Formats: sequence, structure tokens, C-alpha cells
Amino acid sequence: MSVVDRIRSSDGALARVVAGRRRRSARRRAILLGLGVLIVAAFVVTLMVGRTFYGPDEVLAVLFGRDVQGATFTVGRLRLPRAVLAVVAGAAFGMSGAAFQTMLRNPLASPDIIGITWGSGAAAAFAIVVLGLGGAPVSAIAIVAGLAVALAIYLLSRRGGLVGLRLVLIGIGVAAMLHAVTLYILSKAPDWEAQEAMRWLAGSLNGANWQSAAPVLVALTVLGPVLVLLARDLDALRLGDDTAAGLGVRTERTRLLVLVAAVGLLAFATAATGPIAFVAFLAGPIASRLVGADRPVLVPAALIGALLVIVADFTGQFLVGARYPVGVITGVLGAPYLLFLIIRSNRTGGSP
Amino acid sequence: MTVAHTLEARSLSVGYQDREVLRGLDLRIPPGRITAIVGANACGKSTLLRSMSRLLAPRAGQVLLDGKAVHRTPAKQLARTLGLLPQSPVAPEGITVADLVGRGRHPHQGVLTRWRTEDDEAVAAALEATGSVELADRDVDELSGGQRQRVWIAMALAQQTELLLLDEPTTFLDVSHQVEVLDLLTDLNRARGTTIVMVLHDLNLAARYADHLIALADGAVHAAGAPAEVLDAGLVEAVFGLRSTVIADPVSGSPLMLPIGRHHSG
Repeated sequence: MSVVDRIRSSDGALARVVAGRRRRSARRRAILLGLGVLIVAAFVVTLMVGRTFYGPDEVLAVLFGRDVQGATFTVGRLRLPRAVLAVVAGAAFGMSGAAFQTMLRNPLASPDIIGITWGSGAAAAFAIVVLGLGGAPVSAIAIVAGLAVALAIYLLSRRGGLVGLRLVLIGIGVAAMLHAVTLYILSKAPDWEAQEAMRWLAGSLNGANWQSAAPVLVALTVLGPVLVLLARDLDALRLGDDTAAGLGVRTERTRLLVLVAAVGLLAFATAATGPIAFVAFLAGPIASRLVGADRPVLVPAALIGALLVIVADFTGQFLVGARYPVGVITGVLGAPYLLFLIIRSNRTGGSP
Repeated sequence: MTVAHTLEARSLSVGYQDREVLRGLDLRIPPGRITAIVGANACGKSTLLRSMSRLLAPRAGQVLLDGKAVHRTPAKQLARTLGLLPQSPVAPEGITVADLVGRGRHPHQGVLTRWRTEDDEAVAAALEATGSVELADRDVDELSGGQRQRVWIAMALAQQTELLLLDEPTTFLDVSHQVEVLDLLTDLNRARGTTIVMVLHDLNLAARYADHLIALADGAVHAAGAPAEVLDAGLVEAVFGLRSTVIADPVSGSPLMLPIGRHHSG
């Protein structure tokens, strides 16, 4: 075949390209829809089931603002804000984790592994337990601390390049130090409660209310779309910096914007729930396994994060005998996967 | 369809930290032709390619595309005219060939634009031109080195730029695949008039395939011109520090460099 013939695409090639793309998009849409349905189902179940069971009619009545004996308090004041916080915090963790993993081209480089979540968590614990603050100032302090930790890790690992095991190892060290800082803050506080301590060590939704859920919801509505708008550029970064730049991506600017938005999401969620273990770490890889590794992963990762947290919280509360905070359950899920990744990256000798 | 784009460097100096790699370099890329940049290791070949495609900012001087400084051209706008295939691009794990090639459409898409028919057409045409249609649904991880390089070139083609810069497109390929890639680039140049600029390791392949040869030494252009005019034993000695003899290639008539080494006498 002569080359000149090959320059215009034949109908066969075009049909093949279109069919392949449609098939992959259809799969992605089906999975997003399925995840959405599962989240709604889990959400409804957590509103209905508890120490007292309320039927769908009672739950709906409460949701529409009618007064139902008992249910208005239990469902409206306890279960609803808790379920909302579970979904929005899970989505924030999931999306932010996937953004980090994509940006740094390494599934180990999620903010909970490399210490950024712990930075926000330690700062929030300090603000709440020692300074006695609440609300917006706590979120602000958590964000500043998260950004500061991100900057510190960046400066410490810059020489080895941002992509690679060096950054992860430095991050793990930073995470361990910040974990110790959190423990120290909790042990110094005069009247800390076990439940509060649990929140800052493993993450918990106990004591969730509208005051804690609202800021996370706002952060997700503002920063989520920012990240989604950056998704295409972020995705191009996965081809390597030079290739991305050759495609017209402003790599440094993209990285900075993604970093600020992702840390923002993470810090708001952490200020409300504490560092819920491994959600940021798990959501991205699960999502990319489901929708295909070459599809933008932020939105599916957010859905997986939401689903993980709401299901893990329900499991922790009602399905395992004792009442465990949500972070204990997600930790049990995440730790084996972390080991798996470390073993695999050890074997391949580079970033997994 | 092709407007002849001019790409030139004027008194270009580029460096990393305390090391100056290019020192006041001047060059002109002939439009619609194939240019090969050759030179010893670490002479600044890749640096030159990266600064011509806006990846490295010059310390002094400038790179002009159609008379406009590339470093003052918006990144996306530049990427619609000038494509770059770096030396070691990274394929995300699990990506399919068609999707990877589709990434080449990035500069043609806005933040909110959806995938359009013309994007599909560009991907299909790029796959066809590189003989990779059969690979469209395969994972890039599964491909051989030669196939993978074809797919990366297809991505650069989907970008539909009239200038294409390639950094050592034949590295890590065995000789048959090297020839295959260079034949493919020649096809593109002949059929579409795409201006091709490539850094090549192999002086003889460069002499065979390029219309225009640029030899770099010490961060400046040592010689530039048609291979038959510039490539001789003196150039090889000056640029590579190697004694050699240059004869006419019996296949193509282009100059063929034969190194002498210590155990023979020229």
C-alpha cells in the first residue's frame, strides 16, 4: 500500500476507532451509574437501620421536613448529617487521593501515605483539642498545615525528582512523625476523650452534625469541579512532563493548581472526620481498575471514596459486634493493599 | 495544505543551573524537509530540541516560529503547530493504543469541549499512517519496542502539527525497526510536507534519511547543510573526535562514515 493512500483514514479504521471509544465510554458510564445507585442505596439503608428501625415512609417524611415522633431526631439530627458527612468526606478523600496519585504517577503517593493528611489531622487536633477552636478556623489551620507538609515533602524530595520511590519514602517518614505529633497533642490535652482521640488517630464519624458536614460539602462543591476541569491536563501529565508539555500542557501551573485544590479538599474533610485511614489511597486504584486505567479517574474515585466511607461506617457501627470508628474498618481494608503495592514495587524496582 | 513554517534559533543560550549547554547558537530549520541533528553525547542535542519546543526557557537569544518567539506563544497554540516526541515518553499503565493516540488531540480540545468526529478521524488517520490500526484496542504495555514507537509517533501525528520534533526516535530499537521508523517519517514528510526535525544517534542513518544535517559541537552549530556537502572525515574528527573515512553509500549515494579505530589504518 502506498503511503499517500494511507494518509486519509479509511472507513474501516475510523469505524474501529469509534467503536472502541464508544465501548470504553459506555463501560465507564455504566460503572459511574452503578456506583451512584450503590451510594444512594447505602445512604438510604444507613438512614433506616440503626438501634431503632424506621421504614422508608418515615425516613422520607423526615427528609421532606415533616415531624415524625422519634424519627425526626434520630434520622434528621443524627443519621442524616452522619450519612451526608460520610458521602462528602469520602468523595473528598477519594478525589484528592486520585489527584495525587495521578499527578505523581505513583499509586503509593496518596496524601494519606505521604503524610499530608496527617499534617492536616495533627493541626486540626491541635486547634480543637488544645486551642479549643471550632468551625472555619479549624479548616483553615488544617489547610495551611496540609499545604505546608506538601511543600516540605516537595522540598525534601525535589532532588530525586517528584516521581519515584524517594518521595514516597520521605512521605512515609513525615507521616510517622506527624502521627507522633498527633499522639503527643492528644496526650497533653487535659480532658481529651477516647472518642475524640480515636477521630484524630483513625478517623471517625462519631459526633457528626451539620456544623461539621457543611464545610466539607461546600469544599466539595467548589474544589471538586476545579479538579474535574483540570482532569484533562492532569491526565496528560501521566505521559511524562516533556510529552505533556509538547501537547501544550503548562505542567508546573497544572501541578500547582491540582496540588492546592487536592490539599484543600483533603484538609476540609480531615478537619471534620480526622484522617480516615486509606480511603484516599484505595479509591483511585479501585476506580481505575473498574473504569479502565486510561480513563480520567477523579469522578469514579470520588464515588468509590464515598461508597467506601459510608459502607465502612455502617459496618463499623452495626455489623461487627462492637462499635468501631470508620477508620478502623477502612484501615483493615487498606493495609493489605499497601503491603501488596510495596512488595510489588520492590520487585519491579521502581515506582509501581 | 501546508504553509511553510519557519523555525529558527537566534543567538540561543540555554543552560541548567551553573552549566551552559548551548552558547549563542544560530540555526534555521528548512521548512518541509527532514533535518537531523547529530553530535557527540552531551553536546546539547536534546537541550536544543527541548528549547525549540518551549520546554526550556532560553537564557539569552530566542527561538522563532514564523518570526514569533515560541516562549511568548501560548502553550496550546504552539502545540497545534509544533509537536514534540521526547526521548522516553511514559505510557500510563493499562492504556489502550487508541486512547494513547487520542492524547495527541489535547491541544485541539478546550477544557469543556467534548470528543468530536474530527478527533476520531485524526486518530484513525494516525493509526493508518503508522500501520497500527490492528493494534488499536491492545494495551500499550503488551507491545514490542518497535510497535510502541510507532504508536508514539501515531500520537504525535494525531496532534496534526506541521512541524514534528523527535528526540532519538530510534533508540532502543533494533536495526530493522530503526529503518522502519525512519521510513515512516520519510513517508510523512513526502506525503504531507511535514517538517521533521530529529535528533539521531546514528550518523549514517542521519546521512541517509536527512535532507539537512546539523552537527553540534560545544553547544554551537559546527556545520549545517546537505549531508553530501557537510559530512566528511574532517567533520567527524571535529565533532566526535574520531578518525574515519567517508565513502559514498552504495545503496543511496549518501555519505557513509566508516570509523577507523586503533587497530586499523585509514
